[in-house]
Amino acid sequence: MPKLKPPVRTPHIDMTPMVDLFSVLLIFLLLTASFRPQEATIITSPNSVSEKQAPDHDIMTIIINKEGKIFFNIDNGKDSTKHTRIDVLTEMGKQYNVKFTPKELNDFGHWASFGMPMADFKKWLNAKDSKEKELLQTGIPTDSVDNQPSQLFFWVRFARLANPNAEVAIKGDGETNYKKVKLVMDLLQENKVNKFNLVTNLEKQEVTLKDIPK
Amino acid sequence: MAEIIQEEKGKKGGKRRPKKLSTRIDMTPMVDLMCLLITFFMLTTAFSKPKVMLITMPEKNKPEEKTPQIPAWRTLNVLLTDNDVLYYYIGNADPKKPPLPDLIKSDFSKNGIRKVLLEKNKDLFTQITTFRDKRMSGKLVVADTTADQEIKKMKKDDMKGPIVLIKADDKAKYKDIVNIIDEMAICNIASYAIVDIMPVELEMLKTAPK
Repeated sequence: MPKLKPPVRTPHIDMTPMVDLFSVLLIFLLLTASFRPQEATIITSPNSVSEKQAPDHDIMTIIINKEGKIFFNIDNGKDSTKHTRIDVLTEMGKQYNVKFTPKELNDFGHWASFGMPMADFKKWLNAKDSKEKELLQTGIPTDSVDNQPSQLFFWVRFARLANPNAEVAIKGDGETNYKKVKLVMDLLQENKVNKFNLVTNLEKQEVTLKDIPK
Repeated sequence: MAEIIQEEKGKKGGKRRPKKLSTRIDMTPMVDLMCLLITFFMLTTAFSKPKVMLITMPEKNKPEEKTPQIPAWRTLNVLLTDNDVLYYYIGNADPKKPPLPDLIKSDFSKNGIRKVLLEKNKDLFTQITTFRDKRMSGKLVVADTTADQEIKKMKKDDMKGPIVLIKADDKAKYKDIVNIIDEMAICNIASYAIVDIMPVELEMLKTAPK
């Protein structure tokens, strides 16, 4: 009997199912993804048990970072034909006598949060790189000058006028001094905003009847 | 790689036959690429949307309405200050009517202020928790909105639970405020408010036990 020789074969793995799987995953991720917008500052939100989701649209956010610098952000709203951000900036320009070119206004429409006094606004819009932009972000002033309400006040006011449906969210860093947050809350209340959302991270806490002290 | 295509050794002589080419395509680079793309998207996407906590502040500059009378035994004052410490006292602190109540030191841990709040809010907490448990176990079937209304009604009807006044001094951190409001939500406190700290309370904080 001649020996049966197994035919010499190269090891071969069929990669096709793997490719299929990866394609499905990739498509899924692409469709569900919402990209992180570039934030002007890094915020570590405090934790809470609240499960209410922050709305996607119609929200203006006041960001307070660790050092107490204040940043502002408003979205363009659900209706893409409206240019809320551009309207707000035009109004602000009128208020503080800053003339913006259409290009500058248009650019601003695509940016996310920002935080600088109106005097530096043009410089910020025309800054070439992100490093330069970052240096200009010194926070929106909250002090009133010459009996005039502060700049943040006007930002909130014009944002409210441009988009009356916008909810207000305060996104503060956990380490921020409460004094600063209170200042912002007072300012909001002056603008007749009595309901605000505090942005937090979800952290579950279980409390049952057993926890009641006897 | 997964597939190694062996080169056939050319036979010398004879007719030259067209080489049999394998129709298989090596998919490995494609898999590599996909892996890279997926990793990239995973890292850049924000999966968890931020959560928010809704707070409603009382309207300011409202023409003086009758301030609701709060019985002193229901009032629980929580004073926030730095270093994650908080103090509480029950009743009113009136400089005209000594003696001032003593401050009791507490913290944000499980056995800190939560115990105090749960103890004070026993009835309402039991009521709401049993209601929620009933829904969870399927004994009670109601829509979410109805359940919310029901809980709201329970909170409104509650006459025994504490009324918590949250006061923070200038040293307090933002997270302390969030933590304490969160405690309110955890313990199902019906009524609480963030109010300005009184000068007398600042004095009390100075002499508070460290």
